[in-house]
Amino acid sequence: MGRRDQMTTVSEGSTRYKAGVLKYAQMGYWEPDYQPKDTDVLALFRITPQDGVDPEEAAAAVAGESSTATWTVVWTDRLTACEMYRAKAYKVEPVPGTPGQYIAYIAYDLDLFEPGSIANLTASIIGNVFGFKPLKALRLEDMRIPVAYVKTFDGPPTGIVVERERLDKFGRPLLGATVKPKLGLSGKNYGRVVYEALKGGLDFTKDDENINSQPFMHWRDRFLACMEAVNRAQAASGEVKGHYLNVTAATMEDMYERAEFAKTLGSNIVMIDLVIGYTAIQSMSKWARRNDMILHLHRAGHSTYTRQKSHGVSFRVISKWMRLAGVDHIHAGTVVGKLEGDPNSVQGFYNVLREEHNAVDLQRGLFFEQDWGGLRKVMPVASGGIHAGQMHQLLTYLGEDVVLQFGGGTIGHPMGIAAGATANRVALEAMVLARNEGRDIWNEGPEILAAAARHCAPLKAALDVWGDVTFNYASTDTPDFVPTPTAS
Amino acid sequence: MRLTQGTFSYLPDLSDAQIRAQVEYCLQQGWAVSLEYTDDPHPRNTYWEMYGNPMFDLKDAAGLMAELDACRKTFPGHYIKLNAFDSTQGWESLRLSFLVQRPRTETGFGLTRAEREGRRIAYTTHAYATDRAEGERY
Repeated sequence: MGRRDQMTTVSEGSTRYKAGVLKYAQMGYWEPDYQPKDTDVLALFRITPQDGVDPEEAAAAVAGESSTATWTVVWTDRLTACEMYRAKAYKVEPVPGTPGQYIAYIAYDLDLFEPGSIANLTASIIGNVFGFKPLKALRLEDMRIPVAYVKTFDGPPTGIVVERERLDKFGRPLLGATVKPKLGLSGKNYGRVVYEALKGGLDFTKDDENINSQPFMHWRDRFLACMEAVNRAQAASGEVKGHYLNVTAATMEDMYERAEFAKTLGSNIVMIDLVIGYTAIQSMSKWARRNDMILHLHRAGHSTYTRQKSHGVSFRVISKWMRLAGVDHIHAGTVVGKLEGDPNSVQGFYNVLREEHNAVDLQRGLFFEQDWGGLRKVMPVASGGIHAGQMHQLLTYLGEDVVLQFGGGTIGHPMGIAAGATANRVALEAMVLARNEGRDIWNEGPEILAAAARHCAPLKAALDVWGDVTFNYASTDTPDFVPTPTAS
Repeated sequence: MRLTQGTFSYLPDLSDAQIRAQVEYCLQQGWAVSLEYTDDPHPRNTYWEMYGNPMFDLKDAAGLMAELDACRKTFPGHYIKLNAFDSTQGWESLRLSFLVQRPRTETGFGLTRAEREGRRIAYTTHAYATDRAEGERY
């Protein structure tokens, strides 16, 4: 058989269903003429076929293994409307500038999926296929979720707008800090850090991802100490404050118990880790919706599968799944901090979380138009190695609807925790004021900060200590499409 | 104490020129500006008194500044804030909200603790100003 034959669906019944092995493309998983329907789920994979495997066959295999196929022909397909249930690879293109890698577009009929279930969606799309031998590597780069499917999900229980209304805070990024050291503090000492940071000017403080209930501090002790601190700081400032109480635990029963306790103490926010899994996240989202609670998600574990470009799942896809699953906050990168984050890629994640509608934006890694169907917006959180001296860059890159979390940049301040918080708040407000006045904060940022530091000694001290700290390393997760300057 | 509600409360109180610049920014964005005042600054007091409706058709920041002058004359000892409302679908809420007047002396808040079962404490934030009758607080 020539290559053309191997890439063509065998349509005649008895030949198609004769026992034995066919190419995936011959089984009907490669349809270059297919026009995706508005209701199809679309997925875009980066595939690296083994040597000698045609990219179209590899794409067809991905479509097959993520939908109905098994390795051999089965006659029981004929008891079903199998043509509809087969995912269809409909376009394959080489990745620009990266030999051996291809972008494959695959369409899935809506009826392949259970309504409102991230677990079901992901069991198909990333279930078996990532270990498939004919591929060296596979990465899920992007997805288009049809509005018909979007509408089966609850989405964020609170969302950016209602969160702002509850907190009565508008027009500027929110400020937070993660309590440090992340392990070892007793409940009493932990609450001290929370109190100082909130009283000094932060809106939120945060448990770290691995603070649960350890020998040095049991969870109830932490919750009680933190709520004393939150209430003290509210009374001292007249502002609404909060602490993300991490309810992550070994079982759903434990998580519900912790979340209920947080509620009885009057907390306005609870927190979970990505490692609890998609089903647990959706359960906690429903709990948060029933209990008027903001739900913070720490993306613990994501870099194991999001960071390398050749294999895994892009964080833009995780962002889409988490908006559907329904969280109010998600860590989504800082650009300038200590953790991985190319500016364009990070802005792509932020757009997925915050926009009503995403246009195709290859430069930011968005391959599909995405209509969010009125689903609420998720507040991205920028955390990890950021400080007051970067405020102009943070505001320019990340915009206004974001929580900026300065952990070390608050707690490590030479004049104390409250002073560290004040430095960040003054820097932030001065930068927003200047931007609104029409100043060019990207270029005038350092001057604006220096001027603000003249009436704020803590800011001056922060700039003296950290002003020059940067984390300039090459990103691994970068978009493949860059604008080409046109000759003028 | 210094009440730190509002977008710019950690900066020195804004001058009228600075307030006007923010109003101009809001008008450029297509937002409707308005004033609200109160003598009960409890952090959960969502409904301050409206000093007129949001100025949906305002084109010139001078219009808001004139309202602010009048509001300050009527309520010289109250908190006054300036809000900017965005009616765009999917937002339909405030985009900016900052204080433009505060009382000469800010009396702040007390925290009342009620001991409950276990080690739980029920907290109540209490604005000292509200110990006095409305209109006699600042």
